[in-house]
Amino acid sequence: MHKHSPPSTKRLLKLKLNGRWREDAVSEQELLVDYLRDVTHLTGTKIGCDGGECGACTVLVDGEAVPSCITLAVRCEGRNVETIEALATQGRLSRLQSAFHEKLGTQCGFCTPGMIMAAEALLRSNPTPTDGEIRTALSGNLCRCTGYVKIIESVKAAAGVTS
Amino acid sequence: MTSAPGTGGKLARRGVPLIDGIEKVTGRARYTADLDHADALVGRILRSPISHGDILSLDVSKARALDGVVAVVTGDDCSHTYGVLPIAMNEYPLARGRVRYRGEPIAAVAAIDEVTAERALGLIELKVKQLPAYYTSEAARAPDAVLLHDDKPGNIERDVHHQFGDVAQGFAAADLVREELFNCAEVNHAQIEPHASLSEFDPATGRLTVQTVSQVGYYLHLMLAECLEMDTSRIRVIKPFIGGGFGARVEALNFEIVTALLAKAAAGKVMMRLTREETFLTHRARPQTDIKLKLGMTKDGRMTACECQVVQRGGAYAGYGIITILYAGALLHGLYDIPAVKYEGSRVYANLPPCGAMRGHGSVDMRHAFECLVDRMTHELGLDPFAVRRANLLRAPTRTMNDLVVNSYGLAECLDKVERASGWRERLGKLPPGKGLGMACSHYVSGAAKPIHRTGEPHAVVNLKLDFDGGVTALTGAAEIGQGSSTMVAIAVAETLDISLERVRVIAADTAVTPKDNGAYSSRITFMVGNAAIDAAKRLKSVLTAAAARKLEARPEDVECLGEVFRVGGGDQSCLSFADVVAAALVDEGAITVKGTFTCPPEFHGGKHRGGAVGSTMGFSYAAQVVEVSVDDATGLITVDKVWVALDCGHAINPLAVEGQIQGSVWMGMGQAMCEETRYLDGLPAHASLLEYRMPTIMDSPPIETDIVESHDPYGPFGAKEASEGALAGFPPALVNAIANAIGISLNELPVTPDRVMDALIQRRRQARLAGSLKAVS
Repeated sequence: MHKHSPPSTKRLLKLKLNGRWREDAVSEQELLVDYLRDVTHLTGTKIGCDGGECGACTVLVDGEAVPSCITLAVRCEGRNVETIEALATQGRLSRLQSAFHEKLGTQCGFCTPGMIMAAEALLRSNPTPTDGEIRTALSGNLCRCTGYVKIIESVKAAAGVTS
Repeated sequence: MTSAPGTGGKLARRGVPLIDGIEKVTGRARYTADLDHADALVGRILRSPISHGDILSLDVSKARALDGVVAVVTGDDCSHTYGVLPIAMNEYPLARGRVRYRGEPIAAVAAIDEVTAERALGLIELKVKQLPAYYTSEAARAPDAVLLHDDKPGNIERDVHHQFGDVAQGFAAADLVREELFNCAEVNHAQIEPHASLSEFDPATGRLTVQTVSQVGYYLHLMLAECLEMDTSRIRVIKPFIGGGFGARVEALNFEIVTALLAKAAAGKVMMRLTREETFLTHRARPQTDIKLKLGMTKDGRMTACECQVVQRGGAYAGYGIITILYAGALLHGLYDIPAVKYEGSRVYANLPPCGAMRGHGSVDMRHAFECLVDRMTHELGLDPFAVRRANLLRAPTRTMNDLVVNSYGLAECLDKVERASGWRERLGKLPPGKGLGMACSHYVSGAAKPIHRTGEPHAVVNLKLDFDGGVTALTGAAEIGQGSSTMVAIAVAETLDISLERVRVIAADTAVTPKDNGAYSSRITFMVGNAAIDAAKRLKSVLTAAAARKLEARPEDVECLGEVFRVGGGDQSCLSFADVVAAALVDEGAITVKGTFTCPPEFHGGKHRGGAVGSTMGFSYAAQVVEVSVDDATGLITVDKVWVALDCGHAINPLAVEGQIQGSVWMGMGQAMCEETRYLDGLPAHASLLEYRMPTIMDSPPIETDIVESHDPYGPFGAKEASEGALAGFPPALVNAIANAIGISLNELPVTPDRVMDALIQRRRQARLAGSLKAVS
């Protein structure tokens, strides 16, 4: 979306996005989520609220789950940003993606990219989380469809932790 | 579980992931806001800053003159009302003459970017004369209140007076009669995807293409034609992926029409993305409801009579309101056998965003009150809640007093399952202090038997196309909104044809491509569209069988279809592959298109009394649930430890999706019961963010153990009924009953927030102290 008129001060942002380094001119106020969706056209990252409430925009910055709707793009200078689009390698779904698909951890799907990215950050640092650790890691991500039951099952299945 | 007679059941038995699930987990799924709109203008809406007033003047000249503004529209640009019910369309997409709630759209701009659009809104000059505003049903109904709508005296949208059976005689026959007041807060769907709409008007062809979040594309299509004064044939409404609905998007919504008005005025493309606050303002959800309920019961637990008064605060416009107030009364029937029911309902206008349909439409608050009062009377009579339910079961097939037809009824089995699973008999009364168990039942329709637009068309139409590639494409207007309806259609087609699911592709909800469908409302899709899909697949199967017979030089009735192989039954082993049969079928004919339909016969359309069609359906789902809670009596904090729920969905076409729907609906009931509440301060929403509107997070969400009961409905597709709404209404009363079991306090207001629990606890302590003091004195 065209956010700024007339164009505000821009600067060159260099970051690693989904494994590739790239440079873009971005305004200093540009939010990471708008940069991802409008500049790089990676629309898998969703906007569900007016700022920092729902977690649908969760991406990884240097492996840490952050809400991209309250993160400035320029804060990612030189850093490694990963979005939902990066998870499937050569068309093969990641373990989390497979599990969310197979176990119905996704219904309408709108919270799903953020939910999976938050779970991805968890499993990288804690490959065999307990129920409580899963809940804590996903506590900033709202889902309105599932009641979270199958989301927890999906994360556990991906981690190979059986109920 | 066993499969229904006459179905292959291979797919259904194991349950399948959603056919559009991979797009969702990879981020490839495109929702409205994700659609390419680089060349689109940005739409923004100016909203009323006051709750009630006459518009004296609206000057948009400065906004129109601003560089970068391409179009400005106001109420002058659309003189047509819109709405979902033909008898209650009293709303303009942009206010004309009067504003009736804070946040009502007044004007809209399309500009080259967001900043310009916002700046233009700031240049619009609005002069209004404020009128008294009413935020409660009581204030709006006061004798001297200013009318919101001149044709609605008393600010009543609709009064309902229904009586079936002799209530006085019923109460006289009761051993115990109790009456209580209940109050349920207004709640909101809060689907995670904010509203969005992308409209493109091509002045060269005069065509309008709208991609939007609608659950019922064809309603919107009709309203767009009306409001834009266009021929319906020049309009196309396409549903992209939708991030949840729950009823929020059943009606044509003001911003969708406004976006199209802007596109037409700008002769181009306009993207409108509402903020979360605006999404809340668009509302159309469950109204704040006051209930006065009186029940009679014999000492052995038979219900003898029910008398009920309901007042719903419906907001500023009609919307679905008439249906909601009728549902609340109609669905007093159909769950239990009650000999006399009197219902009086009032839908009231108030200066707040309009309410509408929300999951469990009209039934939830009513069911809450009913199941709570039954529980209290049960305990007063020293009876068991399960035994009381069992003493009042219906026997299917039956016709209720208000002419609803119950064709299948699995409530008894639901009761057995949750009683056993929860360990009710062993555990009730033996839990540690502060812990409790509660139970309740609920039901819901599998599609309204009498559709809103009574055109004489079938209730559902599905087209199937089979061409040279051997792929079967199902075309359906049914809106997939995350509930799994497209997957259900694919399964119904694949099972009927005995072909692999991967061979079936579903194209859903594009009014230029798919047959008209009444959409995703009243849990109608599985029942109605499922039946139409089976009908279409049967027709396609007969075409293929005939082609195979020609090729095999046999009679069609001798041809067997074994998966994707056709052969002559009994001895002859020559087989044809699916590709061979398709090739044979295409000879002289070319691409094959077949149509399947489903129509609810008139005998299921409900009673002849006024409003009697509401509640009518061919299949009720039934649910029973048990909730286990812990109550902290120092803080009032309630924790739901576990839920056991059983739902009779007739037959689970896709058990995985059915489970997901049951869990999601129970959880949504939990949100309404525990924490969700819209609040307004002089009409200003105080809840319009996902932080202020408290829905349960994953931290608050309990395990929900589901059990599917299959009563094999005689008319449902493979015996199936709905599964998405029926269990919702049981949660709030089961919770309140569990709290009563835990701490001996009966709560009559929803949500049961810690402060309400504390108020009740403090009041009890005061009363205990007072009683102690009085005793000491005497």
